[in-house]
Amino acid sequence: MPASVEIENVTHAYRTGDGLLPVLKDLSLTIPAGEFTAVVGPSGCGKSTLTRLVAGLMKPDTGRVMIDGEQVSSPRSSVGMAFQNPVLLEWRTVLNNVILPLEIVAKNLSSKQKQQRAEELLSMVGLEGFESKRPSELSGGMRQRVSLCRSLAHRPEILILDEPFGALDAFTREDLWQIMRDLCKQENFTGLLITHDLRESIFLADTVVVLSDRPATSQYKLEVDLPADRNVEQIYSTAAVDMLATLRKQIEIAQGRVEGKVKGSVEGKTDRQAESPSPQTDTTAGS
Amino acid sequence: MLRKIAVPVIALLVFTLLWEWLVWFKQWPNYKMASPSDIGPAFWKYKALFFEYGWDTLWRTVAGLLLAVVVGVFLGMLMGISRTLRDALYPILVGFNAIPKATVVPVLALMFVGQHDMNTILIAFMISFFPIAVSVSIGLSTLEPEYRDILRALGASRLTVFWKIALPKTLPEFFGALKVSVTLAFIGTNLMEIVEPHGRGLGHLFDSGKINADYPLMFAVLIALAILGILLYYAVVYLEKVFAGWADTQATD
Repeated sequence: MPASVEIENVTHAYRTGDGLLPVLKDLSLTIPAGEFTAVVGPSGCGKSTLTRLVAGLMKPDTGRVMIDGEQVSSPRSSVGMAFQNPVLLEWRTVLNNVILPLEIVAKNLSSKQKQQRAEELLSMVGLEGFESKRPSELSGGMRQRVSLCRSLAHRPEILILDEPFGALDAFTREDLWQIMRDLCKQENFTGLLITHDLRESIFLADTVVVLSDRPATSQYKLEVDLPADRNVEQIYSTAAVDMLATLRKQIEIAQGRVEGKVKGSVEGKTDRQAESPSPQTDTTAGS
Repeated sequence: MLRKIAVPVIALLVFTLLWEWLVWFKQWPNYKMASPSDIGPAFWKYKALFFEYGWDTLWRTVAGLLLAVVVGVFLGMLMGISRTLRDALYPILVGFNAIPKATVVPVLALMFVGQHDMNTILIAFMISFFPIAVSVSIGLSTLEPEYRDILRALGASRLTVFWKIALPKTLPEFFGALKVSVTLAFIGTNLMEIVEPHGRGLGHLFDSGKINADYPLMFAVLIALAILGILLYYAVVYLEKVFAGWADTQATD
């Protein structure tokens, strides 16, 4: 069963050699159960910190992270994670890589049931026949598909994807978007996707949240106005291009390139500000 | 398969013939350089001693190496898991490793008078644990955080993460170090047997060859040592293939 995620006024800082480095500031974000939310924002703005907080791998300094109304204080087995680096276990076969989470959280399943579950997922992503291969024999896109299967093996309530397609070439990436879309249809989970790719965000997500620059807070929220059953052509439609333009503008605001929120050099960037007043919909941007 | 055996065997034959020819051509006396044809009879004459002493050298080397594996892996784990422990232990280990082990031989011999087996095993251990400790610690400390996260996010314990991921992932580095260590342990054993002779091991046979001016015997011991060294090394290569064969991506093609 998919679970809801509520992030309430979370502030977090890392302790570094030069003192505190604030990464998240008063961040609030709600993902209803079963929905898919993408988070975009300038690089290094604390998006990965967000995933670690939701996964329970870290506790926020202040504020709360709630899953199904219950405060997250430690890791819970109902979460699945996949990263840009597929981190497959090279000494295991593809099948046994997918089985890994079941060895931790579903010890009561028979090895036959575990194997069936893994085979089911692998065939969903088009990897039947590769079960007994080693990860080193697979291409980058195939490795990432195995990583997605592994993150879903134990039927997580929440799936956290931290830029899983970031290192792939454009065509492989589109393939994986469609595989991910099909997985969303067949598996039942709440999705949180961190990405740099705006097209990816509107193709996969129901809602896209733009984070501000560090310390990050939620700056803008976009409900994706595309049919639930999407195909890749639709992200090149006029409606989609408008949404992409809006998101892009919001990221420029987040980076401080418009609205006078400039860090460092101002020259040469101010003329952009003149030509396009920002379509501001959220008040937190100027803070 | 035939090729795999034939090539090294032919190379060995060519090498032996060249050696024989060189000694004959230069008219070297056997105290300068014994020829293969002198060494054969020396082996035959002392064959019982070669087996007995060869076994002494072999088992003490293996015992020292096993000790080095246990201690090295343990130290490597400590240094790989905790930064503080790494900072604390590293300089001590580097210093210890830098001491020439020949100087430790008399110290050990005085410490444990008459305990020849133990002294020999200890030297083999001391000389060979360092590469293992370093490689295991590097293997563990360079584990990408995502590897830890995929299991930690499921609520797995540190021990599970270590057992399922960190340990197998470190195996290729471990075996790389073990190949260095096995040769070092072998050197350690012979060092003890030659510097502090106590009537056992191939080192002792070498020493008695020296005392009796039996030069072919000395060369025969060197050859025996080389054969033992090859055996030990390939035993490690075999274990590596069994336990970390997955890391050899060429073999899967």
